[in-house]
Amino acid sequence: MMMKPRFMPWAAAILIAALAQTALADGTLATVKERGFLQCGVNTGLPGFSNADEKGSWTGLDVDLCRAVAAAVLGGADKVRFTPLTAKERLTAVQSGEVDLLARNTTWTMTRDTSLGVHFAGINYYDGQGFLVSKDLGVKSARELDGAAVCILAGTTTELNLADYFRTHGMTYEPVVFDTADQTARGFESERCDVLTSDQSQLYAQRLKLAAPDKAVVLPEIISKEPLGPVVRQGDDRWLNIVRWTLFALIEAEELGVTSGNVDAMRESRNPAIRRLLGLEGIKGSGLGLDEGWAYRAIEEVGNYGEIFARNVGEASPLKIERGLNRLWTDGGLHYAPPIR
Amino acid sequence: MSDATARAIAPPRRRSGPLRWLRRNLFSSPLDTALTLAALYGLYLTLPPLVQWAFIDADWVGTSRADCTSGGACWVFIATRLEQFLYGFYPAAEQWRVNLGFGLLVAVLAALSWRGLRRRWLAAALLLGYPVVAYLLFYGGALGLAVVPTHQWGGLMLTLVLAIVGIVLALPLGVLLALGRRSELPLIRAACITYIEVWRGVPLITVLFMASVMLPLFFPEEVTLDKLLRAMIGIVMFQAAYMAEVVRGGLQAIPKGQYEAAEALGLGYWQRMGLIVLPQALRLVIPGIVNTFIALFKDTTLVLIIGLFDLLGIVQQAFADPDWLGYSVEGYVFAGLLYWVFCFGMSRWSQRLERRLGQGR
Repeated sequence: MMMKPRFMPWAAAILIAALAQTALADGTLATVKERGFLQCGVNTGLPGFSNADEKGSWTGLDVDLCRAVAAAVLGGADKVRFTPLTAKERLTAVQSGEVDLLARNTTWTMTRDTSLGVHFAGINYYDGQGFLVSKDLGVKSARELDGAAVCILAGTTTELNLADYFRTHGMTYEPVVFDTADQTARGFESERCDVLTSDQSQLYAQRLKLAAPDKAVVLPEIISKEPLGPVVRQGDDRWLNIVRWTLFALIEAEELGVTSGNVDAMRESRNPAIRRLLGLEGIKGSGLGLDEGWAYRAIEEVGNYGEIFARNVGEASPLKIERGLNRLWTDGGLHYAPPIR
Repeated sequence: MSDATARAIAPPRRRSGPLRWLRRNLFSSPLDTALTLAALYGLYLTLPPLVQWAFIDADWVGTSRADCTSGGACWVFIATRLEQFLYGFYPAAEQWRVNLGFGLLVAVLAALSWRGLRRRWLAAALLLGYPVVAYLLFYGGALGLAVVPTHQWGGLMLTLVLAIVGIVLALPLGVLLALGRRSELPLIRAACITYIEVWRGVPLITVLFMASVMLPLFFPEEVTLDKLLRAMIGIVMFQAAYMAEVVRGGLQAIPKGQYEAAEALGLGYWQRMGLIVLPQALRLVIPGIVNTFIALFKDTTLVLIIGLFDLLGIVQQAFADPDWLGYSVEGYVFAGLLYWVFCFGMSRWSQRLERRLGQGR
């Protein structure tokens, strides 16, 4: 932000030094095993993705990915130490080795993936910018929003996406800019704008803040691509594989109908795909440097992707986010795990 | 001698009573009257809705947002999370340690302000011993106390720890810097001036960012300096520079004669400063010092931008709970109230201290 121009050359120099260092360091897996717990970077508070409950234990979609990795690697979903990170520190925390894994609703972009010394291990949530409108408005599609007053958060990419979208479709709008998500919700509630725009995952949370959440509806259109995924440090391919395949195992488990409830019964299954997933035959965990029960433990302790989604952001949570793009490929969504064999 | 002086004069009419007081303080002139009426109108506009929201329509008991139905403030949100707001993620079974630690602090402060405690060594022992005891209590790792890593610290406890560490370390460091800045040795003077001007010229946010984002990149990967420790060092370094300037103000106000008299007595540098100059100078700048303390107490909230959950941070974090979305006003009111209580307390205490120290003059 304000220190950008002054510190940019510095940051670049240090980054290069840091990168040189990471190449030398050996094995995150060994470090994590020796330490006995996983260091996981999460959001300081994002409804449904990462937040601490009343008892102080972390919950959320991103948090559960950390727990699944911990279960696969260390055999215990509670062997995680969560480091709450702000948006500005998150990638440095990965580069400097402060966290082994960053699961903090981070959008996978080319810049981040190629020039910041980090790798994206996959996508655990397909997000995108959407619109929240009042039901009274009677609007069914974002195309009908010509001339609308739109509440936005200042200084975010949503502002730029919004301008692009309206210009592309030859429509006009009147921006009403706010500084925090709370203020945006209040602005929408007091009818200073007809439409509230933000990442779709956030719109559901914003809607819950309204006095009458039922009176507002999230439009189906998504006008930007925000694939959110876990991030690891560059230069440790084994660790990258572990995180990537833990995520794939959770998705594969949903596809195969393996849940935390029936995973033990599924060990008796004759379906070879299930048997390979649960480490009863095939490659097991050897390629990852883990034992054969890695995926079994992750599913047993945390649940498959569908369970994680439902529990944290889906129908079993207050947010009630539609699966949408986050359905499996077999249901018309985008989640697709390569075969585990 | 004339009679006039001996003649009894009727006593003046009593100038007290509620009506008198009102007339004298609130309606003494047309302007006063107008201001009073405007203020009353302002209160009439704001106070009843506030009371309605905060008390009459408020929900006090319950366990979930379903219990907040009356449309006013939902204090249930605060009640269910009170423990977290006070202790952060400190394990429930160990919270007595925090209570004991702060209880001891109050006891130490009370003992220090007790007039019977004239023995210097006892005061020094309390001042030096307390941090060790507090560290053992909060962090653990000895005497059978389980280690509670700092990432579990949070809430009001973290705010107080940051503020107290900042206050306790910044004051002596600031005094040394102030003395250094007025030193006759050019090297020391230059070093102190550089330090003060550099740290005063950088915003605290930048210092914290440096501590949290840049510093780890300088260290080899195996070395991870505790985040809280990094933030503490940043805060102490920063506040020491401000403190130095406050103390320097006091040093400059001491007449030159005092310095010379002390020298004439044959006292060495540290004796001159410690026995003659500093006691007078510090007494002069108590308001400035307390001002810096209060600012420091409130500045600690900035640690939330580096992902440490102080009181404000943990309250904001609770807003993200999907079960409790939309109760941010209650959270902010609660946090604001706590901050006010502590700052006001500090301010009153400083006034007491001033009165006590001023009595001898």
